[in-house]
Amino acid sequence: MKNKSLVSINDYTKDEIIRILDLAESFERQPRQDILKDKVIASLFFEPSTRTRLSFESAAQQLGASVIGFSSAATSSVQKGETLKDTILTVSNYSDLIVMRHSVDGSARWASEVSPVPIINAGDGANQHPTQCLLDLYSIRKTQGTLDNLDIMFVGDLKYGRTVHSLTMALCHFNTRFHLVSPVELKLPSAVKQHIKSAKLQYEQYTELSEVIPKADILYMTRIQRERFPDPIEYEKVKNSYNLTLSMLENARPNLKVLHPLPRVNEINTDVDSSPMAYYFQQAQNGVYVRQALMAAILGRV
Amino acid sequence: MSDKRKELIVSAISNGTVIDHIPTDRVFQVIKILGLDQLSNPLYFGVNLESKKFGSKGIIKVSNKFFEHEEINKIALVAPSATLIEIRDYEVVDKRDVIIPETVDKIVKCVNPNCITNKEEVTTHFNVIYDENNVMKLSCRYCEKNTSKENIFFI
Repeated sequence: MKNKSLVSINDYTKDEIIRILDLAESFERQPRQDILKDKVIASLFFEPSTRTRLSFESAAQQLGASVIGFSSAATSSVQKGETLKDTILTVSNYSDLIVMRHSVDGSARWASEVSPVPIINAGDGANQHPTQCLLDLYSIRKTQGTLDNLDIMFVGDLKYGRTVHSLTMALCHFNTRFHLVSPVELKLPSAVKQHIKSAKLQYEQYTELSEVIPKADILYMTRIQRERFPDPIEYEKVKNSYNLTLSMLENARPNLKVLHPLPRVNEINTDVDSSPMAYYFQQAQNGVYVRQALMAAILGRV
Repeated sequence: MSDKRKELIVSAISNGTVIDHIPTDRVFQVIKILGLDQLSNPLYFGVNLESKKFGSKGIIKVSNKFFEHEEINKIALVAPSATLIEIRDYEVVDKRDVIIPETVDKIVKCVNPNCITNKEEVTTHFNVIYDENNVMKLSCRYCEKNTSKENIFFI
């Protein structure tokens, strides 16, 4: 994986995914190491983000790397009409690795084709967000002790939610049983379901949340994202479909953990936060270790 | 009308390629995809011709032009029924069907308006995939969205 861009989770084999998770474990034990102190990492956030950007930058700095970049397109020369290609070619002169988020689908693949330095995709529009996927896998493995043979439940916007698509594809390596809970309008796209079928795995679809909870090892909640809806009326119809409360977890398996890529709106009631089953804040913390593992592996320092 | 006379409706060629059994409404697309409108070779075409198999068909004849397999397979997206006939000295020397290629580059626009190929000057690349009902789709290398057959729009 040295010098190889990570654009889509499908770019990595099962072994490569496991290698990153193993490395992330070692960074969790010792997050501050000087292994990237002669490296410059560019952090290009053409679209704003809190968690992803700060966790990348924190990960890089804890490994001793210098970080350059911008946190919105408004403060870059994109505002002057510069193309993505030109920005990437310019920044690649100043850095060893580029982390980028962009609102346009496919922008990261394009950047990886024009860039002489490797690219890590930190989210390209509604398409891919592979580092979120890796940190989700890390969180699942850490809380369950394994990735194999689990019952994983996805809840909310399964149609537009890119994290759900990437994670589903990645979990197809691990003999997962999928439980898909969504409003009828927001079901998992058929292309992703086809992927599950090709892996000879099973999925079930539901519209009600509570009946499925006792069957799950992982309850992966997602926000219904207003910005992905072409039609605001469609959004109004489904925005309050699910609300997980503490009492709904009474019949859950004792090992159940609730994950959420964050930010949440109202799909997880705050009374769940104090439950030992709530894992979404630790999940966000795991992002730092996974991103350290990725950057160190791509820059050939582990 | 004999087969011979039917062939002659669109002028016979001594050397070159005949593309037969094109859906009649796709003839102009085929000309464009193959760039035949950019050539200086003599070019003949016919539309709304009688066909036993299809009811109505189109045909193209281009003089002194022969195609590589890859080149001709580009038209499979719009004219999967087409037959290619190579003519040398008025004789048919080769006859073959077009084959749907594994990749489609440059000629098709991605259906996703938010795809980078529709935002900046980026050449399109698609993998040809088949869904569970064996229906062909084009999967964009960049945005990973699928363009279905009815949404195929040529650049």
